[in-house]
Amino acid sequence: MDMTLKRGPVAAALGRQGAPIAVVLVLIGLVWYGLAVALNAQGAIERNLADLQWTWQDLVATTWAMERPVLPAPHQVAIDLWGSITGWPLNSPRNLLLHTVVTAESTLAGFVMGTLLGLLLSIAIVHSRTLDRALLPWIVASQSVPVLAIAPIVLVILGSFGLSGVAPKAVIAMYLCFFPVTVAMVQGLRSPQIIETEMLHTYAASSWQALWMLRLPASLPFLFPALRVGVAASLVGAMVAELPTGAQAGLGARLLTGSYYGQTIQIWSALVMSALLGLVLTAAMAGLEHLVLRSRRQA
Amino acid sequence: MSPTGTGGVATSAMVVASFLLGLVFMFSPLASPAAPVGALFWTLTAALAALVAVGIRRVAAIRGTGSGFYASMTAVLFGLWILYFWQLLVVAAEVPRVLLPSPALIVASLWDNLSTLGRDFVQTVVKAVLVGWALGCSLGFLVAIAIDRMPFLQRGLLPIASLTSAIPLVGVAPIAVMWFGFEWPSKAAVVVLMTFFPMLVSTLAGLQASQRLERELMHSYAASYLRTLWSLRLPSAVPFMFAALKVNASLALIGAIVAEFFGSPTTGLGFRISTEALKMNMTLVWAAVVVAAVTGTTAYALLSRLERRVAFWHPSVRGRK
Repeated sequence: MDMTLKRGPVAAALGRQGAPIAVVLVLIGLVWYGLAVALNAQGAIERNLADLQWTWQDLVATTWAMERPVLPAPHQVAIDLWGSITGWPLNSPRNLLLHTVVTAESTLAGFVMGTLLGLLLSIAIVHSRTLDRALLPWIVASQSVPVLAIAPIVLVILGSFGLSGVAPKAVIAMYLCFFPVTVAMVQGLRSPQIIETEMLHTYAASSWQALWMLRLPASLPFLFPALRVGVAASLVGAMVAELPTGAQAGLGARLLTGSYYGQTIQIWSALVMSALLGLVLTAAMAGLEHLVLRSRRQA
Repeated sequence: MSPTGTGGVATSAMVVASFLLGLVFMFSPLASPAAPVGALFWTLTAALAALVAVGIRRVAAIRGTGSGFYASMTAVLFGLWILYFWQLLVVAAEVPRVLLPSPALIVASLWDNLSTLGRDFVQTVVKAVLVGWALGCSLGFLVAIAIDRMPFLQRGLLPIASLTSAIPLVGVAPIAVMWFGFEWPSKAAVVVLMTFFPMLVSTLAGLQASQRLERELMHSYAASYLRTLWSLRLPSAVPFMFAALKVNASLALIGAIVAEFFGSPTTGLGFRISTEALKMNMTLVWAAVVVAAVTGTTAYALLSRLERRVAFWHPSVRGRK
């Protein structure tokens, strides 16, 4: 009998991949600091050190502490991020958390709508040959349309119906999210083997019963990777949908105002915050998948 | 075996009859903007829609070996009838042009602004998208080959590269504008960043895709690393690379157009869309969107054609109609 202690899956993965990931992250950090010196040097020499006697240590220190650098150093971004979150009350537009919440609202609303739409469409497509042949090619073609180009159109149409604020951004996020869910669910709903569908047929199961008891459970392993892709796509959609409205609130709006006013560090903080938001949402989906499919793994 | 299914004559008659009835209805006084949209109009529209639905259903039900043509025909018919009902309802109900222009107006706007849209197309697609896509995919490919023999770096880089797909990379557009200026190089830079990681991850996955049996065969032939790479592992990686190339094509188009939202010279599809939308010139916005959509679909079709010629041996390509 094998009595060796087995590590859990997370610990094993960390052990195998922890060291390489840490090394790569340290390398990226070093390259970032080096690039910051290289790219900021000219501006530092021209502006900050113009009339002074400077050594290379002064130059390096200055390039890492400029007010409007070409490439901010990691610690500058971290300080700005922390200051923005803790230094201002939560309802102030200078607090990055406010913008994050605004973007997250539209993202999650669009994600939920997109997932529901994707589920309904995939069930319809699997059960109707007509829809499968007529609709699915157009759904695939629709993703070749850079839907972010349609954002202004959607905003105008929904604005005329009196819907503004979260609704148009959620619609655009929904459009980006429904496609991966639809394609994955169509594949998943068709994944049961013929022997299983025939067995349900011998039990005189209706289509609804076959859907509920066989196809939907079989499609779950296909659904969750698509949910991860879908939530990331919803985030992109929500951020870009904020741009045409003239940049009022949200992380995309923050990026736009930062680029208008030349506030480099503000742009980078918004970018890092949006990256963190994307990672948190994707990790949430991965956690959900682990929770729901936990019993299957043990089987 | 020729296609079978529901009776061919009845189906063709139904499709042709719906075409003729549709034409008659659209050019009749009932569907003109002057006539009020009442119960008669809606009844006739619903009847035509029912006829069309039954016809499409019958075409979709055709099975058999030659039925691939009829499958595409179903999709084409569906698209044409959506356009028809769009035109009919928008004209008859006198929907304002800024809200939803009719397809005829969009085509007219496309025709009138052909030179402007042509210049925008060159600025966005030919310059930013093509250059960025080619550069980003090549870089991803080269980096994958470079770290192919360093499993330590791969284990460290792959999770980070996969995580970047969760990050909205279009957010680097303002930074790219700051570094590379307003012109197309900054948009190409955004596209390079967006296409690099999917290509890297897919090429790495493809390089691992060759089976152990095949690698041992090459070893038994005393094949060097480079020979194995060239003759076995790269050809095995080609289907994975094509999947990444196709995904990157649409990512590149989206990236270039969105990057133009953040500032660009006075040409470009993204610039055209954002400025004309602010001017409420929605027909031109739709025309630019049509140009972008046709570009995206054509790119996907071209890549699929190329894949069918290069990776003809792979099951995913052989199984296609």
